Amino acid sequence: MKSRALLTARSMEITLHRLACQLIENHGDFSETVLIGLQPRGSVVLQRLLALLESMGHPGVASGVLDITFFRDDFRRREAPLEPSKTKIEVLLEGKKVVFVDDVLFTGRSVRSAMDAVQSFGRPAEIELLVLIDRRFSRELPIQPDYLGQQVDSLAGDRVAVEWEGAPPQCNGVYLLKSTHGGA
Amino acid sequence: MAELSVAHLLGIKYLNRDDLELIFETAAQFKQVINRPIKKVPSLRDITVANLFFENSTRTRLSFELAEKRLSADVVNFSASSSSVSKGETLVDTVNNILSMKVDMVVMRHPHPGAAFFLSRAVNSVIINAGDGAHEHPTQALLDAFSMREKLGDLQGKRVAIVGDILHSRVALSNILCLQKLGAQVEVCGPTTLIPKYIESLGVSVSYDLDHTLAHSDVINMLRVQHERQHLRYFPGVREYSQQFGLTRARLEQAGHPDQVIMHPGPMNRGVEISSDVADGPQSIILNQVENGVALRMAVLYLLAAKQEVPAPAETPLSV
Repeated sequence: MKSRALLTARSMEITLHRLACQLIENHGDFSETVLIGLQPRGSVVLQRLLALLESMGHPGVASGVLDITFFRDDFRRREAPLEPSKTKIEVLLEGKKVVFVDDVLFTGRSVRSAMDAVQSFGRPAEIELLVLIDRRFSRELPIQPDYLGQQVDSLAGDRVAVEWEGAPPQCNGVYLLKSTHGGA
Repeated sequence: MAELSVAHLLGIKYLNRDDLELIFETAAQFKQVINRPIKKVPSLRDITVANLFFENSTRTRLSFELAEKRLSADVVNFSASSSSVSKGETLVDTVNNILSMKVDMVVMRHPHPGAAFFLSRAVNSVIINAGDGAHEHPTQALLDAFSMREKLGDLQGKRVAIVGDILHSRVALSNILCLQKLGAQVEVCGPTTLIPKYIESLGVSVSYDLDHTLAHSDVINMLRVQHERQHLRYFPGVREYSQQFGLTRARLEQAGHPDQVIMHPGPMNRGVEISSDVADGPQSIILNQVENGVALRMAVLYLLAAKQEVPAPAETPLSV
């Protein structure tokens, strides 16, 4: 795997600020909103967003993390099975505005699984999607983000990784991991 | 991520430490799932499981069936009393007939030791042993260990006593193997007639005195006296057995370990091996065991299904 920087820590920080502002713009006081981080990596983005929202005068926004492993449609169709992570949603989502938070949007299948998985916690009034990175032209399902950080171009066999450091997490930049076999 | 090193669950004997850890981790996630308002996940929606019970069972069978349904698998049930087994069909024929109806996994309980192992070699399917005679009952041992870990944390160096009819118990053998792989020290306790000769060769200590065992154990796993497997009289009477090896409140108080954990794989004979005030008391985790049983069996089914390849779609055109 060779890696190449796509976005720097500085530009990601500006993007995260913008996303937090857009959330405030659309959700006001967040009384009816629950932010749900998609495990494992969406939960880091969620933590960072919650910290930003707090610094902008919105402390204690309702949130949770959702694991979608058992809801994936590629079970038994991947080379290696996925390791499940914890789900922690301590609010009822019935009638709430749910925002899924994830780092990279690729095929859209995780988001589809998340829409299935979230049904176990009630029927949300609406579901929105926030992603830091959109790998455009790679979608396999009709799913698009409502809040978008940056768009990047990549081949199907590559991996796009958002790197984080420290606690509370700070974005370290976005890297393109080139497959050494030259694509899928 | 890691996957199981085995393609079937035939016994604890065939699992390694990593397999056990993987099963426990996955079971913990499923326990979370079954405590939600909607207890179902779609993972096994394209899998059909046959539950073949050639021997009576309530708990294990219900537990497996619930686990399968909560993973969205299709389930067919079969019990020996209402089948062609009584008409002289062999085990392999019975199972092959069921498999040709496109069944992907088989959960089997059978009165003969080694039946699951035999079947895993004779037919092309995933076999899960739900008890084979007095040999092994792997899912029970796994759920017992899982319940102990919930209560006590790591089992390394913990002292676990298995009390009762060791000779006829598949739970005892699977438990011994499983606990030893997790680093616990096992002691078996019971009447001399119900403890198999040479059991020390498994590396367990043997006691014929329940009070002595109670004094130094972290966990007490009480087993039922399996009258249906006893063709001889192994002890003079139930009353005497219960006086010698029945677990009562007075005995526990005398041992003086209020944090001792009491377990029982069921079905319980109240007043024989365990008294009601102990079974329903604060030290008992008998009902937790049953709850964990579903989560653990979900984990086993999920992990074994993950090892199976998805069959290629048939090459017949959908439209002519």
